[in-house]
Amino acid sequence: MKRYAPILFAGIALAALVLIGLIGGRFLIYLTSRVMILSIFAMGYNILFGRTGLLSFGHAAFYAGGAYGLGLFMLHVLPHPLLGIVVGVACAALLAVVIGFFCVRHTEIYFAMLTLAFGMMVFSLIWNLRDITGGDDGLVGIIRTPIALGPLSIPIIKPQSYYFLILALLLLSVFLIYRIRHSPFGLVLAGIRENEKRVAFAGVSLKNYRLGAFVLSGAFAGLAGALGTLLESSTSPFSAHWSHSAEPILVTLIGGLQTFAGPMVGSAVFIVLREVIERFTHNWMLWFSIILLVIIMGFRGGIVGILSGRRK
Amino acid sequence: MNLESLVHVCLAGLSTGMFIWLVASGLTLIFGVLGVLNFAHGSFYMLGAYCAFTALKLMGGNFWLGLLVGPLVVCAVGFVIERFFLRHVYGLELPYQLLLTFAFVLLFDNLVKIIWGAGSIGSPSVPGLSGSVNILGRFFPVYNLFIIVVGPLVALGLWALIEKTWYGRIIRAASTEREMAAAIGVRVPALFTGVFVFGTWLGAVGGALAVPYIGLLTPGMGEAIIIEAFVVAVIGGLGSLKGAFLGALVIGLLSSFGTRFLPAFDMFLTFILMAAVLLWRPQGFFGKAV
Repeated sequence: MKRYAPILFAGIALAALVLIGLIGGRFLIYLTSRVMILSIFAMGYNILFGRTGLLSFGHAAFYAGGAYGLGLFMLHVLPHPLLGIVVGVACAALLAVVIGFFCVRHTEIYFAMLTLAFGMMVFSLIWNLRDITGGDDGLVGIIRTPIALGPLSIPIIKPQSYYFLILALLLLSVFLIYRIRHSPFGLVLAGIRENEKRVAFAGVSLKNYRLGAFVLSGAFAGLAGALGTLLESSTSPFSAHWSHSAEPILVTLIGGLQTFAGPMVGSAVFIVLREVIERFTHNWMLWFSIILLVIIMGFRGGIVGILSGRRK
Repeated sequence: MNLESLVHVCLAGLSTGMFIWLVASGLTLIFGVLGVLNFAHGSFYMLGAYCAFTALKLMGGNFWLGLLVGPLVVCAVGFVIERFFLRHVYGLELPYQLLLTFAFVLLFDNLVKIIWGAGSIGSPSVPGLSGSVNILGRFFPVYNLFIIVVGPLVALGLWALIEKTWYGRIIRAASTEREMAAAIGVRVPALFTGVFVFGTWLGAVGGALAVPYIGLLTPGMGEAIIIEAFVVAVIGGLGSLKGAFLGALVIGLLSSFGTRFLPAFDMFLTFILMAAVLLWRPQGFFGKAV
């Protein structure tokens, strides 16, 4: 029974997601869309953090790379959402190649500080290059035009139809990240986290593998940014701010570090709990920080860790 | 650019730099001894500002009394954090330590909103240090001159404490050779608590002194300063007080000259300097080699 539990959970989760898309109200659909987008962001982040053990404070820059890449493309080049998403992901990945090239030279605290510096450089550029990025207003009026695929034209203007596009991309991301995790590449990453020296002695280039993980997680952050922009029809410069980089780390921590489902469970708990708590009080941050403290002090396996009976 | 604007840009840079130094000093001391990069240091700064403000209100508006009492209250907070939380995660991986201190940032931001309200509070002026003086035909706030004087005094005090006293010797011993210090009878855990509380006090004093300098108390004020303090600590070399002092001067002057000549890239310059130092000289100006 224990063996099949994860598959059973995945099946129930998928069925619930489809059901919400089919019969859910407007608000539930919007909320679940946000959960899925944050899941993509956090799962991508976890390629770097959970697998490779590198703590980045600059991933908001890649989220913003995807958001502004898609926004600028849709506004100035071609209002095609799917191409926009591709452009957004490409922008984020490119940005991650450039920034990652420098950042993977260090680990631990120096890596965290380098990513912080580069991330804030991107933030300051977005903030100050008003003519291109709209400065503190961000880009507005990004409309979900129908996706043209040859003779076909798929409308996604309705939240419900856009919901299924996000769901499809979430499933694609889950599949890809699962494959990455279990590929030789993913195993080397786990090896680097556990024992860097040994992996290096085996003849593996640590820097290249770290850069690979960095770029992959940057690309998923870009996908989340592009999808988030389409959901809200606008971008915000604060999506590039370092404090936004903390979000995927925190939800991953709640869900469970080094678990596959952790980022997704954490995202759902984060967003749903926030909505529930904000119904009653304005002090969401207070409760959230208390939850974080409890998890860090006593339950470092997160929710998934508790459920699967693993405590770290 | 003529002489008087040069002087004034320099003065502005010096006061900004010394102001950041007051915050970065505690951060650097804590990192140097405990090895923890403390996100919550910005919160201590914020709490110091708010507590000093309240102490000042309660005790008849005496700024100096507020400066004395406010930070002491924050020290109690620092004690609780180190003794009951941080102490238990020293042995864990780096992310847990960073995230623990980050959780406190969220906690204190929200607590400040509950206790003092979400809006900004205007600060009272300091008797004797309000107003401006005429320097080469332009006016410069007296309080900023005061900060320029206080910064080096704090640096001097810290230097004397660490290099010249018995406590300083123990601190240096415990930060370089933790096990050895413990073996010869230094109570390292108690020392760590002491250093953390002292660092907390430095951050809170920075906040209390910041009240008249920035003129406003806002619940998010700690998050803005902590990043600048990180930049300064990194540029100087993580853990090096001498480096942090110099780093603060460099960042202060860079930002005042940047605001004057390249206003659009003021923030960008700061972070590009931080990244450049990390890449080419990760140990900073004076830090230990990486």
